[in-house]
Amino acid sequence: MNEKVTVASDWLAGCAGCHMSLLDIDDRLVQLLDLVELRATPITDLKHPDQQGVDIGILEGAVANSSTEEVARRMRSRCKTLIALGDCAVFGGVPAMRNAVTAAVALRRAYIETESTVDGIVPQHEDLAVMQEVRPLDQLVSVDIYLPGCPPSADAIFYVLSELAAGRQPTLRGRYLDWH
Amino acid sequence: MGSKVIIEPVTRIEGHAKVVVHLGDDQQVERAFFHVNEFRGFEKFCEGRMYFEMPQITPRICGICPVSHHLVSVKACDQILGVTPTRPARLLRELMHMGQTIQSHSMHFFELAGPDLLLGFDADPAIRNVAGLVAANPELVHKAIQLRRFGQSLIATLGDRRIHPTFAVPGGVNQALDSADRDTLLAEIDTMIGYVLEALAIIKDWADRHQELLGEFASFSTGYLGMVGQQNSLELYDGPLRHVGPDREELHRFDGSDYLEYIGEHVEPWTYLKFPFFRDTGWPDGVYRVGPLGRLNAADKIATPLAQVEYEIYQQICGGRTVEGTLYYHYARLIEDLYAVERAREILEDPEVLSKDLLINAKITNLEGVGVLEAPRGTLFHHYWIDENGKLERVNLIVATGNNNYAMSRAVEEVAKRYLDGTNIREGALNRIEAAIRAYDPCLSCSTHAFGQMPLELILLDPDGTEVRRIHRF
Ligand code: SF4
Repeated sequence: MNEKVTVASDWLAGCAGCHMSLLDIDDRLVQLLDLVELRATPITDLKHPDQQGVDIGILEGAVANSSTEEVARRMRSRCKTLIALGDCAVFGGVPAMRNAVTAAVALRRAYIETESTVDGIVPQHEDLAVMQEVRPLDQLVSVDIYLPGCPPSADAIFYVLSELAAGRQPTLRGRYLDWH
Repeated sequence: MGSKVIIEPVTRIEGHAKVVVHLGDDQQVERAFFHVNEFRGFEKFCEGRMYFEMPQITPRICGICPVSHHLVSVKACDQILGVTPTRPARLLRELMHMGQTIQSHSMHFFELAGPDLLLGFDADPAIRNVAGLVAANPELVHKAIQLRRFGQSLIATLGDRRIHPTFAVPGGVNQALDSADRDTLLAEIDTMIGYVLEALAIIKDWADRHQELLGEFASFSTGYLGMVGQQNSLELYDGPLRHVGPDREELHRFDGSDYLEYIGEHVEPWTYLKFPFFRDTGWPDGVYRVGPLGRLNAADKIATPLAQVEYEIYQQICGGRTVEGTLYYHYARLIEDLYAVERAREILEDPEVLSKDLLINAKITNLEGVGVLEAPRGTLFHHYWIDENGKLERVNLIVATGNNNYAMSRAVEEVAKRYLDGTNIREGALNRIEAAIRAYDPCLSCSTHAFGQMPLELILLDPDGTEVRRIHRF
């Protein structure tokens, strides 16, 4: 079998910035790919974390609807260590601002009232996700590692992944928590 | 009996969506729908915030082009203050925008679309990704990473951070460029130009070998919209908008602040992504495309020398008419990438670029402001209405990818009809449907102001709409 650590990632209600910060490790990406095998991620073509599970699961973004809930539950059930990547996953972040207004009111504004919209209607379809209150990841599933920041720095992400790949538990403090 | 196939999620694009293909009794594709499946509600939840918070809140719409939201937002705020920032401030904002364009276009070409082009649409999905590219051509991947890093370092030099920088403020910018930093950035330009030219050589070679595919793959006629500068040259930061038809004839030319007079948005019940169109021709006749292909069609020239040479070669493809094939987006994107690096050099060499005359202080003079610029994926509009204290009363956003919604839906349908039927559902055919979407480099977080993911599901339905089959590729 493969001795590389397997990693799967996905994004929930987030902006992709945390995944971009992962790419910001620049050439260390090649080093990382020596240590880990990327399985299903938004930048690879495998669609879901392997049935038989992966070592590390990474989720960016908050839980905001039925679809993100499903993705989060599936990732949790298929990974050994789950990382909440970034403020949205850790605390709810900017997406949680929606909780201050109801989804129904926000939908009305976007699809009916906006000045550029002509003859609008609120989209409704069996294939569209159902809105929920926006929640940080650990209100839905258990989280093993919290990596805050908006986004967390590339150094912090690289440190966490390379420590895990080496079989060590990363300790987040000091500069790894300074994402500015 | 028809059937139902699902691709979930669409990968190597940004956001959540699903494609549903309807088959008729004869097993042929009747229609295909491109469902965008997320909604966030930025327009609503920003109400009540202060207008000057928007340049920090709205970048969280999208972490791939946060600088576009940061800058367009601050342009709307400039209008609220009634000021035109100083020339040095505008130069530095544009420089940051070039960094955004370089990082976004380079990443798309190599990391997102590259695996299809360089490894093949039918390559094993387990290796059809950036790791597969590393294995196949490590040197090329190193160059790709350096290009993206260079774009990000332009952003970080000015705004202290690569993602979600803090730099532009209403009335100007908050930090001068240091001469040592300027020199460091300038010293890299020649190498970066070399890397983009290598990428262009790859796409030109690919285009030569796939002429038939380029001609037949989701090629259709629409209008094209893009910002232009002097003599209709390609412009990404500031200028009027130009809308052209298939023969490059000018249909509209207008100040982006007047967008509401020209552009409306249509809503379909089956997607959270709206469909912009020109109001005078109406929905759906007034649809148009934006982004690299749209901009190069709407422009007549490029003001930097190397990009102009490439633009002239590119123009020969369609003998001076507009270029319509969806896959040409990849080629157009790299010509813009080259322009952005060259333009960054021009700005860095400008005698005023180190100036400290960077901020005009002003009070609220207008209760409304519109910002427009060309984000990597197309024309981006932010429109704010405030009360006299600066509190937001209403917000309207038309985001780059939304402008291409009709085109993406159409491309999906054409490719489904061309490559798929009920008896032949190969992985490679499904990947081609994804590739049609990927060419537009959609950013669905942006376009629905919906955070996050984009599963593309491909479902085959029988004629009564019953799901018969979903194909999970993994
Ligand atoms: S934490 Fe910040 S960077 Fe990460 S997904 Fe959320 S908004 Fe984007």
